[in-house]
Amino acid sequence: MDSIADMGGTHAWGPAQVPTDEPPFAEPWEGRSFAITVLTMGRISGRNLDAFRHALGRLHPVDYLVDGYYGRWLNAAELMLTDSHILAPGAVDARARRNLGEDVTEPAFPEPDRPDYKPTAAGSLREVEQAPAFAVGGAVRTKDMHPEGPTKLPAYVRRRSGTVTAIRPAHVLPDTHAVFEGENAQHVYTVGFASTELWGPDAEPFTLHIDLFESYLEPQ
Amino acid sequence: MNAPAGDISRRLSPALRTEALEQLLVERELIDPAVMDKFITTYERDVGPLNGAKVVARAWTDPEYREWLLRDGTAAIKDMGFSGPQGEHMVVLEQSDDVHHVVVCTLCSCYPWPILGLPPSWYKDPAYRAGIVRTPRRVLGEMGLDVPEGKDIQVWDSSTEVRYLVLPQRPTGTEGWDAEALAGIVTRDAMVGVALVSTVSAP
Repeated sequence: MDSIADMGGTHAWGPAQVPTDEPPFAEPWEGRSFAITVLTMGRISGRNLDAFRHALGRLHPVDYLVDGYYGRWLNAAELMLTDSHILAPGAVDARARRNLGEDVTEPAFPEPDRPDYKPTAAGSLREVEQAPAFAVGGAVRTKDMHPEGPTKLPAYVRRRSGTVTAIRPAHVLPDTHAVFEGENAQHVYTVGFASTELWGPDAEPFTLHIDLFESYLEPQ
Repeated sequence: MNAPAGDISRRLSPALRTEALEQLLVERELIDPAVMDKFITTYERDVGPLNGAKVVARAWTDPEYREWLLRDGTAAIKDMGFSGPQGEHMVVLEQSDDVHHVVVCTLCSCYPWPILGLPPSWYKDPAYRAGIVRTPRRVLGEMGLDVPEGKDIQVWDSSTEVRYLVLPQRPTGTEGWDAEALAGIVTRDAMVGVALVSTVSAP
């Protein structure tokens, strides 16, 4: 999907930050949000990391950006918890307001309705029986894909020609895995693109490498 | 997340919403605050860029290990005791006089947790995620690293479960240093490719 999360190559974000030494969590709530999200992931989704990333992409751009990285984790966790009927919509807001002393009625806990999810193995890497369709050095082109659902083909590399620079271990396919419609493991390729193929003849000279699933590619 | 989504007019702070969410999950017996505390402490104290620095220092002092690390990053890094979530398949990119590598995740902020810890603020920032794949030389310059004209820049967008570690160049003036001393000068930023290792901050 073309979501706020797919920001490669977009403009108007200002200059990059100058790196500084910093603690892992700038404020205590960031550590709490991180731990809540990781530790409840199994309760929510059966540790489907792709589903979590898709929840991030489904957030309203404001909810994605306004409270930063751990803010978007918090919001994605809440979205998955309400999707799974573990929490009622508005439950977090109501509790927070009650904690502030507001006279708010909290919604009852609903009956959980979690996705029926059983990974075939731990992690994301899988064996695929058929041979890879593309070879290192092969010329490929990314497809003209615009799904409303999840994809790991960023907009900035759509319909672009490149060269396979490596074959990686096969992975579960996030496009279906993230929505609990099966692992559909595929070969993964690192594909290199000339900067001018991505950004036109005046681009800075460099090479962009990105890891892409086999179904995103066609022979050039 | 407030309802309706995106409505900022009634938004409560993330600290208040995190507290509320934690309370609700404890009441449903879905989370244990003591386990949370331990988990947070692990990522604050035990998992961080010092792990990656040890890998780099060993590669700088042991040519056979360097060759293994470049050929099979996952196994060579596991040999140092580092593996786990966000490190399933590791690929190591070696900086040289001619090539400068830099790593990003434009779609989220994927990062090799077992060897570098949690990603720093600049890595998660939209300015970096958006810009490094479009004008890397300019973005690196904004971050304080001027890549010489003519040096080849290779940008790696980690869009799947492959995770990248940059093996920086060993700085001159460190001849005779042992691995422990070398690990002390290897920075997180150099292992992502937005800085070089120097001896300026050496012990």
